Amino acid sequence: MIVLILAILLFLIGLYGVLVKRNLIKIIIGLMIMEYAINLFFALVGYRQGGIAPIFTEGMADGVFVDPLPQALVLTAIVIGLGTTALLVSLAVRIYEKYDTLDVRKIRKLRG
Amino acid sequence: MSGMTLIVKRISQLMIPSIFLLGIYVVVHGHLTPGGGFAGGVLIAGCFVLLVLAYGSDEVKSEARKWRASLSESLGIFLFWFLAMLGLVQGTYFFYNVIAKVNPGQPFQLFSAGIIPLCNIAIGIEVAAALFAIFITLVILRVGEKL
Amino acid sequence: MSLLPLFVVVPLGAAFLTPIFSKFWKWFPDLWGNITSAVLMGLSLWVLQYSGDTFVYNAGGWEPINGIPMGIAMVMDGLSVFMLIIINVVAFLVTLYSVNYMTQYTDKGKYYTLFLLMLAGLNGVVLSGDMFNFFVFLEIAGIATYALVAFSIEAEGLEASFKYQILGGVASGCILLGIAFFYFLTGTLNMADASRIISEMGVNPAVIFTGILFLVGFSLKAGLMPFHGWLPDAYPSAPASISAMMSGVGSKVLGVYALIRIFFNVFGMAGIPSLLTIFLVLGTLSMVVGAFLALGQSDFKRLLAYSSISQIGYCIFAFGLGTPLGILGGLFHLLNHAVFKPLLFFNSGAVVYATDNRDLESMGGLSQKMPVTGTTSLIGSLSVGGLPPLAGFWSKLIIIIAAIESGHHILAAVAIVISIVTLAYYLKVQRYAFFGALGEVYKKVKEVPALMCISMIVLAILSIALGILMLPQFRGVLLDPAVKVVGGGITYAKMVLGG
Repeated sequence: MIVLILAILLFLIGLYGVLVKRNLIKIIIGLMIMEYAINLFFALVGYRQGGIAPIFTEGMADGVFVDPLPQALVLTAIVIGLGTTALLVSLAVRIYEKYDTLDVRKIRKLRG
Repeated sequence: MSGMTLIVKRISQLMIPSIFLLGIYVVVHGHLTPGGGFAGGVLIAGCFVLLVLAYGSDEVKSEARKWRASLSESLGIFLFWFLAMLGLVQGTYFFYNVIAKVNPGQPFQLFSAGIIPLCNIAIGIEVAAALFAIFITLVILRVGEKL
Repeated sequence: MSLLPLFVVVPLGAAFLTPIFSKFWKWFPDLWGNITSAVLMGLSLWVLQYSGDTFVYNAGGWEPINGIPMGIAMVMDGLSVFMLIIINVVAFLVTLYSVNYMTQYTDKGKYYTLFLLMLAGLNGVVLSGDMFNFFVFLEIAGIATYALVAFSIEAEGLEASFKYQILGGVASGCILLGIAFFYFLTGTLNMADASRIISEMGVNPAVIFTGILFLVGFSLKAGLMPFHGWLPDAYPSAPASISAMMSGVGSKVLGVYALIRIFFNVFGMAGIPSLLTIFLVLGTLSMVVGAFLALGQSDFKRLLAYSSISQIGYCIFAFGLGTPLGILGGLFHLLNHAVFKPLLFFNSGAVVYATDNRDLESMGGLSQKMPVTGTTSLIGSLSVGGLPPLAGFWSKLIIIIAAIESGHHILAAVAIVISIVTLAYYLKVQRYAFFGALGEVYKKVKEVPALMCISMIVLAILSIALGILMLPQFRGVLLDPAVKVVGGGITYAKMVLGG
């Protein structure tokens, strides 16, 4: 139970990074920390007490399987996070080329 | 950007074949051990990235490499789509395990479980090519240089 | 019913083939994109005959065991058919328009790849029957949209896309956290199964917390008022065809459809009156503030973005009333907005294509040189403002009557006032851009090419003719099954599982 609360705490740390930091790269890292925290939380939801890994191997011991459904879904969510991060980083490179700065407070051409 | 020192180049020359083989092992045994397409693809892309880092990006900058990575990515994902369509074309469900109904195979062997190893190989090719294409694009694109 | 996967499979396969062949032949992306969207439009119109029944398709052949669904299920009912028609018809018109419009930008091959991926994602969202498939298709459509907003690699597009991506990433994070709590509570991811378990469990604080997470996430995607920060920057900086697709289809499917499906069908809103009040408050706030912020704009596309916020506020306000008449009004207004907002964005794109200028104060008298654009713009503006007998009048009338019937007299008066304000700022646009004296520098302006004109004329005819949906014969085919699904609430579970 305590590990679930720690995963939510990591989510809040990532959210703090997105809201408060001024450098573009630090905002991207905050978003990445948020996504990792959610994946961790989701994988921990499937834990069963005293369980073993949910794969059939030859000569395996008897026991209760840990829930395999969140593990499959977290795999997909990790790849989605990878795609989002790749797009954000290439956008940040292009923005530096156009604006010559990475400070979020100076990139404000659109207003009104 | 030129490469790193002689020691790094030598060690990477020795390590890269082993990493590549490990990546292929993780991809092909996806239905028996943990791993599968995504994890193995990332390993294979990692060894290409190690090559570029060790030998310097001056030797890699070429449009032909980017075009080849992009082409293999499209072909890999198209192969996956084709395998999934086999069930729909045959009249049964989409993503149906067509090979396993015809020829099941023994459990825990390498050649079993129908289309799952083939899907893993397609995804492995696609993920490796996609990650390498992203890396090459970010390396070739310099500040002020037009793509 | 083996047609269901085709809605997702056909655009995905076409999107994977486009980058390979567009390097060899220059004409390939245009032809391929238009053929694919025409095929999808034909499929969706053919499926219209089945709009009364519910179909379930189990991918991979994993049938339910003892009534508990085991695999990934695709579900099509009245609401899905309604949304599929909106998505595919608007997408076909947008691809027709892009053939000429996208010659201003580089690399049509990448544009059509991203567009077909977005179409596959949008189709998948309305057809999915379980929560995680829903999330994956939501992300596919979202990432394709982020890349398309930044398509012109100018400074404005990049900044708008970055802002949109960060806010969209936070929203997706909230939605995924909500799905994790959802799985923790109910033990299943299938929507019909979970709705049955939640109705047995009753409403406890954990269910309400999950509902709040979903509300925040999907309101950010739809662009409701406190979460609208990315909208006025993203819509003007995107190419006009993408703005039309995003405002006409994207914010509806990713935002409003998701809210309706989760809150009415899975959680059973009728049992939680406080959630209905939240919908009312958010809808009213978006309506009022969007309209007043649009009054002071001088950039054409930014004005259209604020107007989109206001009209989506109308739809959510109608759903928050909770009565079947309110749901009918909300769905009809959704359909109308998906017809006239792309029309107005097409007009602004035609003006930019012909004159290279987006500022209203310096234009004037363009309707002498561009008659098709001027006339269709007038028809679109009158339809938004709610002039009878155009289609917009009927949907606003139903919403106002539903508000009066359920006792919210003050809110109905607010809706009438905002409708008048909407008509005011659209007529301002018409006066500045299209009527008045023709400026000197615009003497050489010509009408836009034929394919762009065809899209605008079709949308203008639709925005006049959709008033016939008030007649019972036509309403029974398209709107009534959707209203029955949404108003039925938890009977969704019985229709999907029980058969």
